[in-house]
Amino acid sequence: MTAPPVQLDNFSVRFGEFQALDRVTLEVPQGAFVAILGPNGAGKSTLLKALLGIASGILRDAPTSVSGSVKVFGNTPQNVKAGWVGYVPQVKSFDRSFPALSLEVVVSGLRRSWPFIVTLQERKKAEAMLEQVGALQLANRRLGRLSGGELQRVYLARSLIREPKLLLLDEPATGVDAVGEADLYRHLETYQRQSGATVMMITHDWEAAQHHASAVLLINRRVIEYGLPADVMCPNCLAQAFGHVGHSHGLVSGRR
Amino acid sequence: MLEALQLPFIQRALIAGLLVGGLASYLGVLVVQRRLSFLGDGLAHAAFAGVAIGLFLHEEPLWIAIPFAVGVSLAITWVRERSNLGDDTAIGIFFAVSVALGVLFMSMRQGFAPDAVAYLFGSILTVTQVDLWVMGSIALVVALMAPLWRNWAYATFDRELALADRQPVLLHDYLLSALIALVVVASVKVVGIVLIAAFIVIPAATARLLTQTFASMTLLSVAIGVVSVIPGLVASYIFDVPTGSAIVLVQALLFALALAVRR
Ligand SMILES: Nc1ncnc2c1ncn2[C@@H]1O[C@H](COP(=O)(O)OP(=O)(O)OP(=O)(O)O)[C@@H](O)[C@H]1O
Ligand SMILES: [Mg+2]
Repeated sequence: MTAPPVQLDNFSVRFGEFQALDRVTLEVPQGAFVAILGPNGAGKSTLLKALLGIASGILRDAPTSVSGSVKVFGNTPQNVKAGWVGYVPQVKSFDRSFPALSLEVVVSGLRRSWPFIVTLQERKKAEAMLEQVGALQLANRRLGRLSGGELQRVYLARSLIREPKLLLLDEPATGVDAVGEADLYRHLETYQRQSGATVMMITHDWEAAQHHASAVLLINRRVIEYGLPADVMCPNCLAQAFGHVGHSHGLVSGRR
Repeated sequence: MLEALQLPFIQRALIAGLLVGGLASYLGVLVVQRRLSFLGDGLAHAAFAGVAIGLFLHEEPLWIAIPFAVGVSLAITWVRERSNLGDDTAIGIFFAVSVALGVLFMSMRQGFAPDAVAYLFGSILTVTQVDLWVMGSIALVVALMAPLWRNWAYATFDRELALADRQPVLLHDYLLSALIALVVVASVKVVGIVLIAAFIVIPAATARLLTQTFASMTLLSVAIGVVSVIPGLVASYIFDVPTGSAIVLVQALLFALALAVRR
């Protein structure tokens, strides 16, 4: 009996006076592809950071308080086996002036520290991963000089290189061209089929969520709806999440 | 010139210069990449306050300057972590307090203080056996912590990713700031309080202009830091100018060259 990849129970996060997540209760079964949707500021990124155990780690101004429980594979996020969780952050907060090659960034995902010397084995592995996401030609380019979409690919390769059982993706398709986006979903689906991994992906793309996800989480500080895409994407649920009916209705039925 | 190498005080100067040049330029890559150049200045002045207190108490200045600078460095880090004031403000406050304390204790000493000038502008030719032992011990500590380069580099690259990968980033920050303080104090006799920040920053800045990876930047910075000490020492011996100035000017020249040749 293995614990589910993600289990939240009455989980809340406050930044000072601001309630970012309000009593979130949620269980994600193994092998699921959960699309997380919600308006800006809904706490989506905060949710993923909580699963990584860094929701309160990087803050300098407002005191963060966290209550309720988060379990990842039955453990607190800090105690999950190294390499079980892969992550693509929304904001690429890295130092752009840091002299880093894409390949080194991928290797850093493998080692969980910065490589002084990249071994031949590591190089082969990282190159294979970059090739899978269509970014082999970026291997020896400076990270700080890549375009937004190129960065996404490098970060995706980085998040996959340890073959995580849980993949947390924060708007990984943002800035990626149409072909790249199709590629992204193809990679994720292939990876899931081969590994049985669980994917949680934040997106603002309703159609993609409908087509690729096995479950949709609608969130706006609290869980609005969580279930099969077809059930969740009802005009009413969206109205609740986004707080206005007409617009959200258009979002669901409209075609771009 | 070669017979000068027979003189013990020249030998000590050479060893001290090479040691400190290597140490400062090694930590310099992290200082530069974390945009903490001002920290070098702040800690140099904390060292100045420590030296002033030591001279006032008629103690060996190093024994006061080392704990004082390390304490200030940890305190600066603490304020940085606890507030969003910005590094420059946190450092600026301690900088001011240190200078105020230093000047206060200097002025309370009776009479002229020639040794104070040596600390302000460096006086590598007066490096003592004790100074060398202290520098050697600090070098040993830094060498023992060399494996942390990977963690410091990672958190410098992206703090959030390092945290997500369970790195004890905060602990590593405190260790790094303590080491920087130690190296600053070790550098006082060689380049002087006024020039330490430049001594830490210029080799790393030069290396960054010429390299593509952080590992090569680190190696090149250390090479520049060590090699630039030699012409600096020679110039200072021949023309009788302060060693600190000579070394820093050599480094600045290398920086200008790097700026000119970079692709
Ligand atoms: N470290 C922090 N300190 C204070 N407030 C924060 C912090 N991090 C997030 N917040 C606030 O919490 C709220 C939720 O932020 P979060 O990044 O989770 O939103 P999101 O759903 O990912 O939004 P978006 O779609 O714009 O990415 C926002 O209002 C944000 O301002
Ligand atoms: Mg977000």
